Amino acid sequence: MSEHVAPPVLSTRKFSLWYGSHQAVIEVDLDIAERQITAIIGPSGCGKSTLIRAFNRLNDLIPGVRTAGEILFRGEGIYRRGVDPVAVRRHIGMVFQKPNPFPKTVFENVAFGLRINGFQGNLKDRVAQALVQAALWDEVKNDLHRKTGYDLSGGQQQRLCIARALAVEPEVLLMDEPCSALDPIATAKIEDLIRDLARSVTVAIVTHNMQQAARVSDWTAFMLLGELVEFGPTREVFTRPKDSRTEAYITGRFG
Amino acid sequence: MVREAFERELRALEGEVVALGTAVGEAVRGAVHALRTRDPDLAERVDLADDDINRRRFELEERCLALLATQQPMASDLRVLTAILHIATDLERMGDHAAGVARLVIRMGDEPLIKPLVDIPRMAELVVTMLDEAISAFVRRDAAAARRAAARDDEVDALHDQVHRELFLIMIQDPSTITQATYLMWASHGLERIADLVTNVCERVVFVAEGILEDLNQPRGGLG
Repeated sequence: MSEHVAPPVLSTRKFSLWYGSHQAVIEVDLDIAERQITAIIGPSGCGKSTLIRAFNRLNDLIPGVRTAGEILFRGEGIYRRGVDPVAVRRHIGMVFQKPNPFPKTVFENVAFGLRINGFQGNLKDRVAQALVQAALWDEVKNDLHRKTGYDLSGGQQQRLCIARALAVEPEVLLMDEPCSALDPIATAKIEDLIRDLARSVTVAIVTHNMQQAARVSDWTAFMLLGELVEFGPTREVFTRPKDSRTEAYITGRFG
Repeated sequence: MVREAFERELRALEGEVVALGTAVGEAVRGAVHALRTRDPDLAERVDLADDDINRRRFELEERCLALLATQQPMASDLRVLTAILHIATDLERMGDHAAGVARLVIRMGDEPLIKPLVDIPRMAELVVTMLDEAISAFVRRDAAAARRAAARDDEVDALHDQVHRELFLIMIQDPSTITQATYLMWASHGLERIADLVTNVCERVVFVAEGILEDLNQPRGGLG
């Protein structure tokens, strides 16, 4: 795994987020390096999913959410006045915990984002390209218009969702527990895919599977009670963490 | 506290490292005592006991592998387990060298010694002290104590050089001593190697305690 420091694509600057009076993220400073894989780990309720959702403003619709500090995408604050969250999401895609294909054909699932964005190019080519990138093409190429997203296995559905996110050519792909609903073989395929994707896309992944974070990521961020406790090269964090709270969590001695 | 079973097994493995270290220390002392007192029976027992050390090393390795495979240890747990794997190998090699000294005693038979043994027993005492200190530093995760123990390797090396010089002189003066002098050189070399292996153990202790891999046995100018 490469550990050289690429310029950050996404950065948080003293970023905080509240759900009503509860502060879920506390003054987090984090840099997500370009075309590298950053894993965010931590126990349930540590704020990791909230943080990753904040990266493409998915928390906007939740009533009572308030933020402070900044999240910068290529130096531009995504929470600044006048920034369109839809435009943010075009650059920063998201894949969720449970695969959520639409009740449409495989082709239409992938073409969806392109159509709503008024894509003018060759739709067929772009869909095929996204399916190839998501390592699903060989399995669905003969059924593009015959099968629906629901006809696929869980692992295939998740790769379909990844293809759908990739079709609009985002610069960053956010993944929130992308394998937690999958069996070990489907998980291994997604992990291989994540490593492949990182050649062209920046990946940030939230996982509570520490072995997964250790396997796939270049950088690991450990969060606890809304705070970023430790951030460093994955190899370092998993062999010689600096903070005793990180040590306690990754060795399973929490609580 | 979670992972109690894991914790228990990890502590048990550390206990076994201590026990194996003690057995190796006894083998070193026994072999050199047999050499000094010309006791082939004791030498035989030391040689036989090495089979037990070898078996226990494999058992220790198996148990480490089982924990690595089933518990996915991380951070300091991972460092401790990989350290135990290395230490077990080093202890087993020390045991082999002790058995080698014991076999020299058997080979030398009842031939009288060409010189009274002074430095070789001193080397043995020093080596066993180093080993005890290294193992107790491991249990206490004491990197400073491990570095101190490793530093004693220079004293062992100096004694080894002295033994060599002395034996060379004896051989030059009386070539009929060459066979036994060579055996004694092997014995001294075996002890010197054990001290080097102890410095490996010390390196693992530093790794466990501080997470850094540090060379504690820099090359030097002398023999060995």
